[in-house]
Amino acid sequence: MAGGPASVEFRAVVKRYGAVTAVDGVSFTIEPGTLATLLGPSGCGKTTTLRLIAGLELATEGQILIGGRDVTRRAAAERDVSMVFQSYALFPHMTVLENAAYGPIVDGTPRKEAHAMARAKLELVGLSGFEARMPSELSGGQQQRVAVARALVLEPQVLLFDEPLSNLDAKLRRRVREDIRELQRRLNLTVVYVTHDQQEALAVSDRVIVMSNARIAQAGSPRDLYERPANRFVADFIGDANVVAAELIEVSGDRAKVVLGGIALELERRGARPGPVTVAIRPEALLLSADRPAAPAAPGRIGKAAYLGTHMEYTVTSALGELFVIDRMPSRAFAAGAEVWISLPGTGVAIVPE
Amino acid sequence: MKLGWIIRGVLLGALAVAVFGPLVNMLLWAVAERWYFPAKLPIEYGFSYWERVFRPRGNAMESLFNSVVIAGGTVALCLAVALPAGYALARLRLPLRSLILLAFLLPQAVPNLAVYINVARIFYSLGLNGTIAGVVLVHTVHGLLFAVWITTAAFAAVDRELEQAARNMGAGPLRTFFTVTLPLAAPGILASAIFVFLESLDEFTGTYFVGVPDVMTLPLLLYNASAGGNYQIASITALILLIPSIGFMLFVERFLRADVLAKMGG
Ligand SMILES: Nc1ncnc2c1ncn2[C@@H]1O[C@H](COP(=O)(O)OP(=O)(O)OP(=O)(O)O)[C@@H](O)[C@H]1O
Ligand SMILES: [Mg+2]
Repeated sequence: MAGGPASVEFRAVVKRYGAVTAVDGVSFTIEPGTLATLLGPSGCGKTTTLRLIAGLELATEGQILIGGRDVTRRAAAERDVSMVFQSYALFPHMTVLENAAYGPIVDGTPRKEAHAMARAKLELVGLSGFEARMPSELSGGQQQRVAVARALVLEPQVLLFDEPLSNLDAKLRRRVREDIRELQRRLNLTVVYVTHDQQEALAVSDRVIVMSNARIAQAGSPRDLYERPANRFVADFIGDANVVAAELIEVSGDRAKVVLGGIALELERRGARPGPVTVAIRPEALLLSADRPAAPAAPGRIGKAAYLGTHMEYTVTSALGELFVIDRMPSRAFAAGAEVWISLPGTGVAIVPE
Repeated sequence: MKLGWIIRGVLLGALAVAVFGPLVNMLLWAVAERWYFPAKLPIEYGFSYWERVFRPRGNAMESLFNSVVIAGGTVALCLAVALPAGYALARLRLPLRSLILLAFLLPQAVPNLAVYINVARIFYSLGLNGTIAGVVLVHTVHGLLFAVWITTAAFAAVDRELEQAARNMGAGPLRTFFTVTLPLAAPGILASAIFVFLESLDEFTGTYFVGVPDVMTLPLLLYNASAGGNYQIASITALILLIPSIGFMLFVERFLRADVLAKMGG
């Protein structure tokens, strides 16, 4: 098969199941050798998008290109794409080695050579010595690595992961996602990775494609999405931002002066016009203090307070509305019902163009 | 406490008599030379009836051979139909699948005898009456319902994502079927094979209408013997009837253990 990573391109792809539109006019390009995540809430069409790339579903409309070649009508077996399924989908009647060697054997590679290829990939994922075991004799994390080895063995142009961490415990999750990222960089793979966990997406991706209701809500680098959300949905979904109403009073070049809850701020304009605008405020961008600070501030009252070890989480009622606040200094805790002052140092606040 | 044990003992004893009583009775009849009414046990033991059964003109060996050939052929034909049909049905959406499976039951509502008489007439005109092929066909119709049901369940139990994983690895539809789907459905398919084999071995009515007098099977032989009041020959025939059943079970059990059970392991 053709070596090297390939790009993946969607051109206005639509997938319908009867009356349900699972993917609705989606277009994107994933550069070769990068890791892109498809992020979004349950049912937004992530898995369907992944299966369209693999050829396990055929597009109703639009075009799909892999490495610049149109594969829209190609069957799954003809696409140089490997998938790690959410359930891992290991063959229960084959050993670990037979599972990993399945691809090359189907390909017509002599058994001995296929087994050698499989052994090499099993070693790569740290599973040497497990060759003779049955999948049922492995832990969840080990099964996941067999699935990765099986997918890697043909050195595919594109590697797909469907929520690969969802069956692992919280600790293992962090390690495995780093392993996947490391592998992607070391082997220079194009990886498309599905998750509904925004932290996971921000941590591993070069590029995040946020989906909502079968469409793309925003695509960009993790920093882009976090700092410059394109709409309410992205602002809320990534980092639980507070979306509040504000007034734009003055424009100068690409900067704009905005007033919210009596506090004036200078923000990037992002195409907004004078008048009412929407602003996203990160929960950790809001500063709480017991006494009125020197900077402009708005009064508020603590609703709920929760201690989470590294930080406190509050809901605060104020002129800006109901706010979700994260305070990184749990030693200075406010009790529910306490009167506080809210100020905005300026970072972590952005105009949402919508 | 004590009473509980007594009740349990009595119940177990009753069960043992219910299960093994007829078998013991059959074994006794098989070696009885003379056994008249008031006697609790045979009056005289011996093997002269065995000699009669296995005499060259005794029909027993020929019937045994016929029975095995017919049962084997029925299994082959049933699987040849049930495998593709079961696979196709298993891949249908659920309400439609249930509907078709239920529709398969409808012919069972018609009295079998009426059907067999008509089948016999049709087979007669086709020259199939009195042939082994004809009997195999009748047995197949009889066993097919269950074969299709069981194989459908076996195929439906195979996770579709495994087939998709195989396709994703570059396997075509046939390759996927033979390397993934079929091995995973094998236990269910073997179960249906056992079922069809034993059903065919036991089948009487259809064989009677289509096979007699040219094709004799063990159940027909048994019927003739007991209708003639010859319980010795009937018992011996019944014992012979056990041979292919046990043989087939052993064969399947070995195959199951070696090939499938080990890899099914949980
Ligand atoms: N085979 C199918 N037939 C009919 N509808 C389908 C099918 N597969 C998916 N859908 C529908 O398409 C939509 C998108 O499904 P998809 O599986 O892509 O969601 P997802 O983003 O992967 O969600 P999750 O995070 O829960 O896995 C859903 O509304 C789903 O019900
Ligand atoms: Mg999904």
